[in-house]
Amino acid sequence: MILKSLPKKQIRVFLVLTLITIILASAPWWVSRADIRLLGEFYSFLALAVLWNLLAGYTGLISVGQQAFVGVGGYAMFIVTAKLGISPFLSVPISMLAAALIAGVFAPLLFRLNGAHFAIGTWVAAETISLCFFMVPELGGGAGMSLPTDVVKSIASSRAMREMTIYWLMLGLGLGTIFAVYALLLSKTGLALMALRDNEIAAASLGINIWKTKFVMYIAVAAATGAIGAVIFFQKLRISPESAFSLNDWTIIIIFIVVIGGIGKLEGAIVGTIVFFILRETLADYGVVYLIVLGVFAIIIMMFSRKGIWGMFEEKFKRSLLPVTREP
Amino acid sequence: MLFEENALTVTELSKSYGTFIVTNEISFNLGKGEALGIIGPNGAGKTTLFNLISGTTNSDKGSIQYFGQDITKVSARQRCHLGITRSFQVPQPFSGLTTYENVLVAAAFGQEISEAEAKDKAVEALELTSLTSKARQLAGSLTLLDRKRLELARSIATAPRLLLLDEIAGGLTETECNELIELIMTIKNNGVSIIWIEHVLHALLSVVDRIMVLDFGQKITEGKPEDIMKSPEVSSIYLGLDEENIDGQ
Ligand SMILES: Nc1ncnc2c1ncn2[C@@H]1O[C@H](COP(=O)(O)OP(=O)(O)OP(=O)(O)O)[C@@H](O)[C@H]1O
Ligand SMILES: [Mg+2]
Repeated sequence: MILKSLPKKQIRVFLVLTLITIILASAPWWVSRADIRLLGEFYSFLALAVLWNLLAGYTGLISVGQQAFVGVGGYAMFIVTAKLGISPFLSVPISMLAAALIAGVFAPLLFRLNGAHFAIGTWVAAETISLCFFMVPELGGGAGMSLPTDVVKSIASSRAMREMTIYWLMLGLGLGTIFAVYALLLSKTGLALMALRDNEIAAASLGINIWKTKFVMYIAVAAATGAIGAVIFFQKLRISPESAFSLNDWTIIIIFIVVIGGIGKLEGAIVGTIVFFILRETLADYGVVYLIVLGVFAIIIMMFSRKGIWGMFEEKFKRSLLPVTREP
Repeated sequence: MLFEENALTVTELSKSYGTFIVTNEISFNLGKGEALGIIGPNGAGKTTLFNLISGTTNSDKGSIQYFGQDITKVSARQRCHLGITRSFQVPQPFSGLTTYENVLVAAAFGQEISEAEAKDKAVEALELTSLTSKARQLAGSLTLLDRKRLELARSIATAPRLLLLDEIAGGLTETECNELIELIMTIKNNGVSIIWIEHVLHALLSVVDRIMVLDFGQKITEGKPEDIMKSPEVSSIYLGLDEENIDGQ
């Protein structure tokens, strides 16, 4: 239905995205093993950034508790594969469901809060969920657990094949998220999201269902984040409450990425992730210095261009990578 | 003029911020197809009354009946779907969207129709408000005057049955003002009920059937425009007011 009503410009974007996906899917044949791992990680951050931006940038829900869904997704995968013997691939949709359920339980409570209170609420919720996993000895408590060898083997028999499979899963999630969010922004709901981003009061008085839009987005983003969590821990093969519910890794860095790239624009999250990886890899020899550089960079950008790197580019060149503008 | 059906019945509506009473037991009727003007000095509580009728703000006391339905507790969104639309005195554009998209949102969500169906209605609303040439411009880059036009365009695009207009004539040239009056008359003649808050009195007087005067959150008086303009209450209230506003220049 969307395709039929799409202008040429957007069809072109979908074709280009498909082409990029195909090229990247062939990467295991022409990229080194270390770089494949790096690319996989890049896709997972890309997806997390696009999702966080969808939530914060469009619906105004500034969550600092997205690690809850990475963690729940990761743990759900460990539980159903290691404890229940379910196929690793089937565990991804189960992780999504688990994250969506948790989000559904917390949303009615969190949605009573606004702005900073909501942010703190999401963080507290994530900490609470994390503590629950600390207290389950069957899951290794605070020490966590490793993915049993037979489960690891069931992803793919050889190590090389397993790395490729995980790479493709990451790629699918990373670019799939961009595809999905772009299609969403082109739909009627996307119009509501952009209106909501710009002015909530006007949006409500023009008939947009703010609560429902926010709720649905919150749940959908949690589900997708859960899937990413599952695949991230396929790669790590070990899980602990600390790594699964890491505020730093799964939320703070993502916030930096989106702020640097440009909040409230799909391209912003993409540009931000690229900048982050370039910074991190070039400064890799200096330890955590890259985090300091990243922080300073984010502060400078917040002071001089609230719309981030992408916002500056767009203002100057009046072009967009993923156009969503409706033409009369 | 007699209006057979009541579009709006407001009964003892009240709102306070802390101990400050902004709307003090206001009651009035509005007939279907009637145009009511609201005047009063700055801070009288005119915009607040619109906030209460459109559902942007909740009232503390009193009730609002809309075509026989009690909407006192109905959300702003649902009131929009019932046909109540307001323009904002301080324009509230979606600044990151184009002018056309702003109106498209109003048509698609205000009328609960698909984007494709909303397209023509949005284009029409832009034409009626002389914004067609600015359709592709970002709303955030519009001048104040065009932002006010956009407020009107969005309101029209929702296909309202009750239109609440908050100071939309200020700053217009005489020609523009006459065009605006003509547009509002057309809307009115289509059976839409209108409440219009306006300091530009000559524009208001050429449209409205009745005028209500507010001051300090209270209804001071209400009646035919010619009687109201002669009444001592109005002269005393407007005594200190800018002469220009009285003339509507
Ligand atoms: N959210 C709020 N909190 C506290 N006070 C408010 C709030 N909104 C309005 N007021 C106060 O209520 C009074 C009435 O405001 P309102 O905007 O309704 O006046 P108005 O008649 O529309 O004035 P104007 O002609 O300047 O537009 C003002 O004194 C204003 O400061
Ligand atoms: Mg006002």
